[in-house]
Amino acid sequence: MPLLTVRDLSVHFHTRNGLVKAVDGISFDVEAGKTLAIIGESGSGKSVVCYSMLGLVPMPPGRFEGGSAMLGDRDLLTMKESELRKVRGKGISIIFQDPMTSLNPYMKIGDQMIEPLQLHFGMGKKEAWKKATETLAEVGIKNPEERMNAWPFEFSGGMRQRVVIAMALITEPEIIIADEPTTALDVTVQAQILKLLKELQQRRNIGVIFISHDLSVVADIADHICVMQNGAFVEQGSRDDIFKRASHPYTQKLLSAVPDTHKTQAHPDAEQPLVRVENLCTWFGGGKKTEPVKAVDNVSFDIRRGEIVGLVGESGSGKSTTGRSILRLLKPTSGSIQFDGKELAHLDMRQMKPLRRRMQMIFQDPYASLNPRMTVYDTLAEPLLLHRVVTRKELDTRVFELMDSVGLARQAVLRYPHEFSGGQRQRIAIGRAIATHPEFIVADEPVSALDVTIQAQILDLLLDLVDRFNLTMLFVSHDLAVVRYLSDRILVMKDGQLVEEGNAADVFDRPEQAYTRELLASIPGKSLLEQRASQL
Amino acid sequence: MSTVSASIQEQMPKGVSLWDDAWTRLKKNKLAMFGLGFLLFVGVICLLTPWIAPYGYEAQNLRLGASPPSAEHWLGTDTFGRDMLTRIMYGGRVSLMVGFIATAVALVIGVTYGAVAGYAGGKVDAVMMRLVDIMYALPFMIFIILLMVVFGRNLLLLFLAIGAVEWLTMARIVRGQVQSLRQMEYVEAAISIGQAPSRIIAKHLLPNVLGPVIVYTTLTIPSVMLLEAFLSFLGLGIQPPQSSWGLLISYGVETMEEYPWLLIFPGLALTLTLFALNFLGDGLRDALDPKASRD
Amino acid sequence: MFRFIALRTLQAIPVILAVITVTFFLVRAAPGGPFSTEKAVSPQVQAALEAQYQLDLPMHQQYFNYLADLLKGDMGPSFKYPGRSVDELIFQGLPVTAELGFYALIIAVLIGTLAGVFAALKPNTAQDYVPMSLAMVGICMPSFLLGPLLVLVFSMWAGWLPVSGWGASPGDKILPSITLGTTYAAYIARLSRSGMLEVMSQDYLRTARAKGLPEHIVIFRHALRGGLLPVISFLGPAFAGLLAGSFVVETIFQIPGLGRFYVQAAFNRDYTMILGTTAFLATLIVLFNLLSDIVAALLNPRLRYQFGSK
Repeated sequence: MPLLTVRDLSVHFHTRNGLVKAVDGISFDVEAGKTLAIIGESGSGKSVVCYSMLGLVPMPPGRFEGGSAMLGDRDLLTMKESELRKVRGKGISIIFQDPMTSLNPYMKIGDQMIEPLQLHFGMGKKEAWKKATETLAEVGIKNPEERMNAWPFEFSGGMRQRVVIAMALITEPEIIIADEPTTALDVTVQAQILKLLKELQQRRNIGVIFISHDLSVVADIADHICVMQNGAFVEQGSRDDIFKRASHPYTQKLLSAVPDTHKTQAHPDAEQPLVRVENLCTWFGGGKKTEPVKAVDNVSFDIRRGEIVGLVGESGSGKSTTGRSILRLLKPTSGSIQFDGKELAHLDMRQMKPLRRRMQMIFQDPYASLNPRMTVYDTLAEPLLLHRVVTRKELDTRVFELMDSVGLARQAVLRYPHEFSGGQRQRIAIGRAIATHPEFIVADEPVSALDVTIQAQILDLLLDLVDRFNLTMLFVSHDLAVVRYLSDRILVMKDGQLVEEGNAADVFDRPEQAYTRELLASIPGKSLLEQRASQL
Repeated sequence: MSTVSASIQEQMPKGVSLWDDAWTRLKKNKLAMFGLGFLLFVGVICLLTPWIAPYGYEAQNLRLGASPPSAEHWLGTDTFGRDMLTRIMYGGRVSLMVGFIATAVALVIGVTYGAVAGYAGGKVDAVMMRLVDIMYALPFMIFIILLMVVFGRNLLLLFLAIGAVEWLTMARIVRGQVQSLRQMEYVEAAISIGQAPSRIIAKHLLPNVLGPVIVYTTLTIPSVMLLEAFLSFLGLGIQPPQSSWGLLISYGVETMEEYPWLLIFPGLALTLTLFALNFLGDGLRDALDPKASRD
Repeated sequence: MFRFIALRTLQAIPVILAVITVTFFLVRAAPGGPFSTEKAVSPQVQAALEAQYQLDLPMHQQYFNYLADLLKGDMGPSFKYPGRSVDELIFQGLPVTAELGFYALIIAVLIGTLAGVFAALKPNTAQDYVPMSLAMVGICMPSFLLGPLLVLVFSMWAGWLPVSGWGASPGDKILPSITLGTTYAAYIARLSRSGMLEVMSQDYLRTARAKGLPEHIVIFRHALRGGLLPVISFLGPAFAGLLAGSFVVETIFQIPGLGRFYVQAAFNRDYTMILGTTAFLATLIVLFNLLSDIVAALLNPRLRYQFGSK
């Protein structure tokens, strides 16, 4: 018998702007020792499903429109708040997305951890403290006795998430809801946390509801997958069913959005590199007594004309700083940067100006990279006018051409950024970057802020533009799957240094460095890819 | 500002700018719109006072003395038989003028200082903001009183003194804004296409700082007016023969037991105006700066 | 933590010195000497008086003498009340003002935080609108208007409370304390509401609820601490405001406190008195700012940690 049986759950929000059917008639079962994954993009209602059952969604404006959620023989939806409180944290625990904000910064870890024990089991402080210490040890926190007295900010992101997991486990719940528990983490940390979750689940025979926007993350751990769109499950089934026999177009889109790691482009290699970086160092801060932060430390590499070079690393590895240093958005501390044979490292901003026409950047966050008070037209026209690429007369035509090339409707020319979705915004930003027909583009995590299905579209747009305009690109990303999808060559960075470099296929198939191997092992969704490979 | 050609302007559907958006939001806020309306009403009356005031500013009717509101004198007369409505209108001119001019002083100093600190960054910023921190700790109210005592009750000095106090917060706000905007990727994008610093400030920074500046300016005016009224009440601000609401309140207090309307009407004028300004300020904040709209 | 406190205290010293210096020279730069109002005084008498008050010495000499005296706690004689020292007058007024300020601060903090937290619990409902509208009234109704209106209603018309005085008749402390405290209660209410709302939207409150904690524990144990931090930081400026407010309130209610002395000294051009009181009040304000900074830092574990003690 399932631990939790949800039937026809509907949650509607009655807002000023009308009725929003956040959750619309969904059903699922959660079984002991099994993982149920709910996959959906932001705004699909996947979090509301779980939070509403536990009374964590404010009602009103929310309202249950029928359905049931049977935990054993009791219906969560009809429980009083006081009864629900006994379920929350005891029968069902939640692990939240961002470990940096889900712990109270003003309370010590230990005091936060023992709260549910004191509350639900009436344990004394001493006993609860002991149990909490044991649980911390179980999730892999070293020196648990000491760490119980630490403040949240003394932990790294991954360690904090372990604390959050320990806090969820401490009451030995039957069900754990994990709401994007690894989205805010680096890829190697993500792999560790996923592994930990799986182990704990099996050891304790817990039923897990795993909410995620990323199919590949759940591919390795889910037993049952529900695909959610606009408040409804468009498809659900066992993992194999979904992977092999997905019938709904949205599921298929999600599946194909996971970039294929076996695709490579052939690009003509020119003999002379377009960009040559030698012994580049970019350090920040540092005084007489303090050590500078060596964000980029003695890095050398070439980028040949027509090539897409992937620069991979985790947060803090210095990959973005490298990209920005090459474009001279930052001043390098030492070393040389040559663009088409010309040394850039010592140029001032004015001397850089003529070169800026030839090298451009695409930024990560399309919500931050467009001036909110400028229309599409103004944004695209700015570089054109600045570099006198076109005359005033030709400006309209050229702006429209740009919009066509990046797939924006001409009708939208006078609209402002906030009137667009994330993917469309990124198209505007790409349009701005290619406006002056640059030869070289640094793309800094251009798809990591986007929903997965949109990611695929933007990546294809980039590939298309590279071909069409004969671009050379440095593609900076933390996401190995994405990098593999479009790179010819790959550079791996760690702690400011280049640890491995090679052709995409070589780096992926025969990594030389231990760190690269660890990175590769952390790529989520391997089973999904194997599945697909076997189908081909 | 925009470089869009006329043909596109005509043919293509217009986008909704953030200003349009803010105005739509503001229009929905009844309190703010009441505030705006009331302020316009008061502003127009004060501007036109010399022409529309029912009586002369100095016109006395000693025979009448202090009289309660009547058909001839809507808000009554003071102990010299002067029409209260007229006095409040003239007093409002001074109060509003102090409010607006001293705020303008604060605005100019604060925006310049904050923008420079925020744009320069690094050590310059650290020193400049440390200075502001220190000034925050200074007991300005006492200094203003001291200034007024020492140098006499001079209107110009009052503007400068009040402005000198109020610029601190403005500088902090602008500096914080500029600094966070500077790190926005669209500013970096502008640098990466080779845009000159002056154009970056004009096109990318200023329009985006404007919202919070407008909001804070609206909220500074009432606090300046309060300060003026406070000083005038103590006899350290506006001096007769000039008058302001604070001064009228101060006179009203002396005779409030016998002639309460001499206290209540100027008090009402001041309080309602402050209400209107605060409502409008809060509404503007909700409209222009949705993130900060919690307070 | 000790380092933090020591550092902040050291920073306060130059500020206090600057305040005293500015005050000193401002007062000395005043057009017309301290006795210029008394036209009848002959030049000889004037000179004698100036000598008595060391006004004939060079400016910098006067300044250093004054500083030296200050260090000894001697703020000199009063110009206006011959035979009485500024110290005497200040310490005569201080207890009264301190008591008034204390009551006002209690009213401001208690009513302010209660109203703010109460409003934040149910935002955008009547429970929010009513206290916040009252807070708006408190902000727009300055003390010099509120005080007289309260007197008018409760003393003159209703006859329940005395019109003025301090400690002379029963209940005469009520109206001044309310008058002084209301504005700051209003500010604190708005501040604590916004602080609480900010915290209430934080993820860690959701975590607390997800543990099954009842709402009152969520609020008291998890939300209050972060939510009321801005109020703590505001206490420094509020104290400065209360002191300035006491000028008005003490004038309205004829309370023999420091504020009334100060206003009188300002009118009388009692220069040593102005100088002494300004230096004294300014130092108090700087110290109180320092104190509220330190308390706010103490409540912030991160800052406490940075300065090296757990």
